This record gives sequence, C-alpha cells and structure tokens, in this order.
Amino acid sequence: MSTPANDPRAAAQHEAEIHLTAGQLPGYIGPAVFVVALVVSATVLGLLGAFGWIATVLLAVIGFLVAMFALSTAVEGRRRAVDRIARYLILGTFLLALAPLLSLLFKVASEGIIRFDVTYFTSTKRNVIGAGGGAAHAIIGTLITTGMATVFSVPVGLLTAIYLVEYGKGWMKRVITFLVDVMTGIPSIVAGLFAYSLISLMVGHGSKSGLAGALALSVLMIPYVVRNSEEIIRLVPDKLREASYGLGVSKWRTIVKVVLPTSVSGIVSGVVLAIARIIGETAPLLITMGFTASMTTNPLPTGGSNMVNPMTSLPVFVFYEYTRPGRPQEAFLDRAWTGALVLVLIVMVLNLIGRWVARKYAPKINR
Amino acid sequence: MSDDIRSIETVDESLMADHGNVGDAAFRGISTGSGGIIMVILAAVAVFLIAQAAPAITTGDPRYGNLWGYVAPYLFGTIWISFLALLIAVPVSVGIALYISHYAPKKLATPVAFVVDLLAAVPSIVFGLWGITTLAPMLVPAHQWLTEYLGFIPLFSGTASGTGRTMLTASLVLAIMVLPIITSLTREVFLRTPKLQEEASLALGATKWEMIRQVVLPFGRSGIVAASMLGLGRALGETMAVAMVLSGGRMISPRLLTSENPNTIAANIALGFAEADSGGVHRLIATGLVLFAITIVVNMAGRLITGGPRKESR
Repeated sequence: MSTPANDPRAAAQHEAEIHLTAGQLPGYIGPAVFVVALVVSATVLGLLGAFGWIATVLLAVIGFLVAMFALSTAVEGRRRAVDRIARYLILGTFLLALAPLLSLLFKVASEGIIRFDVTYFTSTKRNVIGAGGGAAHAIIGTLITTGMATVFSVPVGLLTAIYLVEYGKGWMKRVITFLVDVMTGIPSIVAGLFAYSLISLMVGHGSKSGLAGALALSVLMIPYVVRNSEEIIRLVPDKLREASYGLGVSKWRTIVKVVLPTSVSGIVSGVVLAIARIIGETAPLLITMGFTASMTTNPLPTGGSNMVNPMTSLPVFVFYEYTRPGRPQEAFLDRAWTGALVLVLIVMVLNLIGRWVARKYAPKINR
Repeated sequence: MSDDIRSIETVDESLMADHGNVGDAAFRGISTGSGGIIMVILAAVAVFLIAQAAPAITTGDPRYGNLWGYVAPYLFGTIWISFLALLIAVPVSVGIALYISHYAPKKLATPVAFVVDLLAAVPSIVFGLWGITTLAPMLVPAHQWLTEYLGFIPLFSGTASGTGRTMLTASLVLAIMVLPIITSLTREVFLRTPKLQEEASLALGATKWEMIRQVVLPFGRSGIVAASMLGLGRALGETMAVAMVLSGGRMISPRLLTSENPNTIAANIALGFAEADSGGVHRLIATGLVLFAITIVVNMAGRLITGGPRKESR
C-alpha cells in the first residue's frame, strides 16, 4: 500500500482525475430528488392543511429545480447546472402541454360514454322533454353542411392550386397567393357573418339555412385545400411533366393524366385533413343555421313569410344542450358530452385516415 | 404503301383532335377562373360585411353612442385576452419546439409532434366544455389564494370568482388552443438551424443550453416572432371557447380573477346574435368588421416577417 504522497505515479493520476473531468451527478439523482421533493411538498402542505394536487406538484417542481441547481452547481459547476435546469424546464413544457390534452380526452371519454348508445344515433330530440332522445338530426345536419362545403371547396381549391403551380405567373399569382394567406386568417365567426349577410341580401333579412352554414364553412375550407394541394402538386418532379410534353401531349392532358394521378394521395389526404378542420366549427353555424330539435334534410333557404329553415349541426347541438339545459339537467349535459365525444372521434378518425392515405398511397418518386 | 400512309394520317388526326388548343385554353381558363373566385370571395366578404354594417356605422344608438363607443370594451377584451394567452403560450411553445427539435430521442420526436397536433385537432367547442367543467373549478382555489395573498397587485385585486370563469382561466384555455400553431412553426425553424454552426458551438465547449442560446435561438428569432403573430391572429378570432368559459360583460377592466370581465368581440357576436334585433344585428356585424380588419393586419405582419407565404400548422 502506498499513499499518493510517496508514489509519484499515483499522485499524477490523482491530479489528472481532478483536472480533466469535473464531477458528474449519477443518472438516478434526478428522479430520486424529484420523488423526495414530491414527498416533502405533500407533507408540508398536509401539515399546513392546504393539500391539493396542483399545489403539491407545483411546490415539488420548484423544490426540485432549486435542489438540483444547488446540487449540480456544487458537484458539476455553474454552467452545467444551468444546462441541467434548462433541460428540465424544456421537458417540463412538453409535459405541461400533455396534461390538458390527457385531462380533456379523459373527461370527454368518461362523460361522453354515458349516452353513447344506439338511441343517440337513431333518434332526434323532437318532442323529447327530459332524458332520452338523441342527436341523429344534428349528425345528419353536420354531414349535409360539411358535405356541401366540401363539394363547393374542393373544385375551387384544387383548380386554384393547379393555377398557382402550373399556370400562374406575374402579379395575379402573387395576389392570389397573398389572398389565400389572408383567407387562412379569417376568424370563423367573420366567415359566418359573411354567409349570413350574403344570404340575407339575396333571400331576405334573418334567413337561416344549411346552405348559409355550408357557405361559411367553404370560406374557411378553401384556403386549406389550396394550401395542401399546392404543396403536393409542387412536389411532382418536372421530369415527369417534361417526359409527357416530349411525347407530344398537351399541357392540360399532362396535368390531368400525369400530374394529378401522381399527387392524388396527397390531395385526398389534404382534403380529408381540411374536412377534419371544419367539421368541428361551431361559431359560424351558430349564427347562420338556427337551431331545431327535428330532422331537417333540406338545406336550401326558404323565402316568403318564413325566413328560417333551421338545421342543427353537432357542435351547435352540443353548445345548446350545455348552455340551455332543461330539466333534469343531467340528461341535457350527458347528451352534450356524448356529442363532444362523437366530434372528437370523428376528427381523430379523419386525421388518422388523412395521414394513412398520404403514407399508404404515396407515389414512389425518386428525388 | 398507301394503306400505311392513311393509317399514319388517321393516327395523327386523332392526336390532333385530342390535344387541340381548345382543351388547353378551356382548362387554363377554368383554373385561372378558380383563382379569380378566391379574389371574388374575399372582395365579397369585405363588401357584404360593409354593406350590412353600414347602418350601424352611420347611425349611432342612444344607448351606446357611436359604433366606437359600443365596440371599444369588446376590443379591449379581445386584445387583452389574446395578449395574456400569447404570454403563456409563446414560452411553452418554444420549449416544446426545442424539445422536439433538439432534446427528444429520435424515436420520440415524431409521436411527440403528433400529440401536439392532436391538440390542434380538438374542436373549440370541446375546449369550451372542458374549460368550463374541469379547468375552471380546478382553478378556483388558485383564484382565492392569489386574491388573498397577492391582492395588492392591481391585476389580482377584487373579489375572487366563485366559478373560476375568469380572464385567467379563459386565457389559459386560449393559450392551450394556440399552442400547436406556434409550436409547429417554431419547430420547423429550429430544425433548419445550420448543423455546422451547432456543432461548432459544441466543439468550442458550449453546453447544450449555451449552444441553443448562441445558435438556435438567434437563428429562429424571426420565426418565433412570426409564429407568435399567426398565433395571435388565431387567438383574436377564437370564439366558442371564450364564449363558454369567460363570464364576460361590456366593460374595460384588466383584472384577472373577478367574475366581471370584458367579453371579446367574437364571443359577444356568438352569444348575442340569435337574440339581436335588426339594429343589433347590424351593430354586431360592424364589430365583426373591426375584428376582420385587425386579424388581417396581424396576419399580414406575421407573413411579412417570415418573408413570404408559409403553411400553417399541419
């Protein structure tokens, strides 16, 4: 046994250890300190008689950060300590965003499942006073208005995208690109006011109908379709177009027979995602379509003495069930939550379909 | 011999017939026309709104004075709540974007980005329901604590709301809703940071955080500002979540925790439209016009900063 003092080799080694690598906290220290912080904060708050989940976690997080900063500064040095805290904070922001999403999904699922039954999808609320009844009329209303909006928006949006990529040049292209940007930013309620004003001027004041709602949704949907399709059509390699021109095929046939088939999966996916975007819209439909408890399948505005041909869509149904409940209140709230659950499910399924189509049928372009 | 020539001629003719200039011109016309429809629609939005708002702009109402007197409190509420929402959302979004672009393991980055996009997919009415039934009651103790101990700060003064339907709760919900937009835009910018600069910084001995502060954040600054502007545009126009969560009225008050809050333009339209009389409808449409003008300005500013058109969250 030799002490560092009388063994020069060992002394040098010791020296090197000190100078080349600074101290490092072991990997388990982070989780360990966090658990300790949780226990301490729960105990402290419990003793003060102010225990609550949010307060406990908040206090624990603050305690954890302070403790880790002190520990890390002592062992690893100040710069590494700052780095460590930054990493924890950045991870924290992600968890912070995750919390409301999980809470929301859990709440919607647990409350919505109560009335998630066959009656909900097969019957309307006509003549229903208390419990029972369903939202079939609202679901049909949503399908009709969204379907009409899609029929209006897809041709206009797709052709505009084709114009921007294949034909557009000069000031008109710049202006249209800019206007599509502006349109993306239109608040949904303003789109609703526009559709209301338009139909009011054409049919008469106070007219409410499914058509007005579909018009409002189209204003919101067109820019999404243009944006998504434009991006995809731009991805089609020029050599495909040139090969087609080289065979003597005209420009429009090249677009129809070569460009569009190559990009069809992306376009379909873009349209599906655009539908997912607008199907949950509430505000514009609230002011354009009115509200009814019965099934309506005619979306056209009625003229003459009766201006209102109301049609209910699912989000509007949810809004009125929640904000204007009758008795017993529970029945109305349950119907509202199930509506919310159905909406969330529709949107998620549409999103998954959109992504799946894009991936599954993506053209194999070698770039 | 002559048969061959004839067949070639017929083939040629069929080709000619197929790709004549007529089809080309027609298709070109149709797609250009669609682009024109976009212009017509936007012009129509402006024209019809102005036409329907005109009665309220020209003639004041004895209760509110002129239009400006009517819209000012709602305008204040709209801007105030959007500002608060951005104050919360921007730092969190930048953090998430950094997490996805620089911290998360490669395998985790895509699912994490997907989860954030899921937040964008949830309809606003569902956020409203969740906010009023879950978040608001959850925050009531926090309201009481803040008014009790920090009530000397003007923002926290007043009697705490018993329902939690306050400016604080509503701006939190709004922040959650604009989070995905800001995150996806800033994430894209962060991912475009030149790799060589990052590596140079690390090679000089910078810790990861120092590298981010020296390289990634300066590179992404304009992107963060632009994303915030687009998020602001979204927050200004958000309707249903605010309409459901906020217990709003017609006033100007910056207090965060009381049950008397200024409503926003959009929420006021949504809540008041069904019951409004003819004059009220014109007045509400006029406020919608004000909102339209503000969002256009904010969005244009956002696009100008990014230096061109850019896609929103996907």
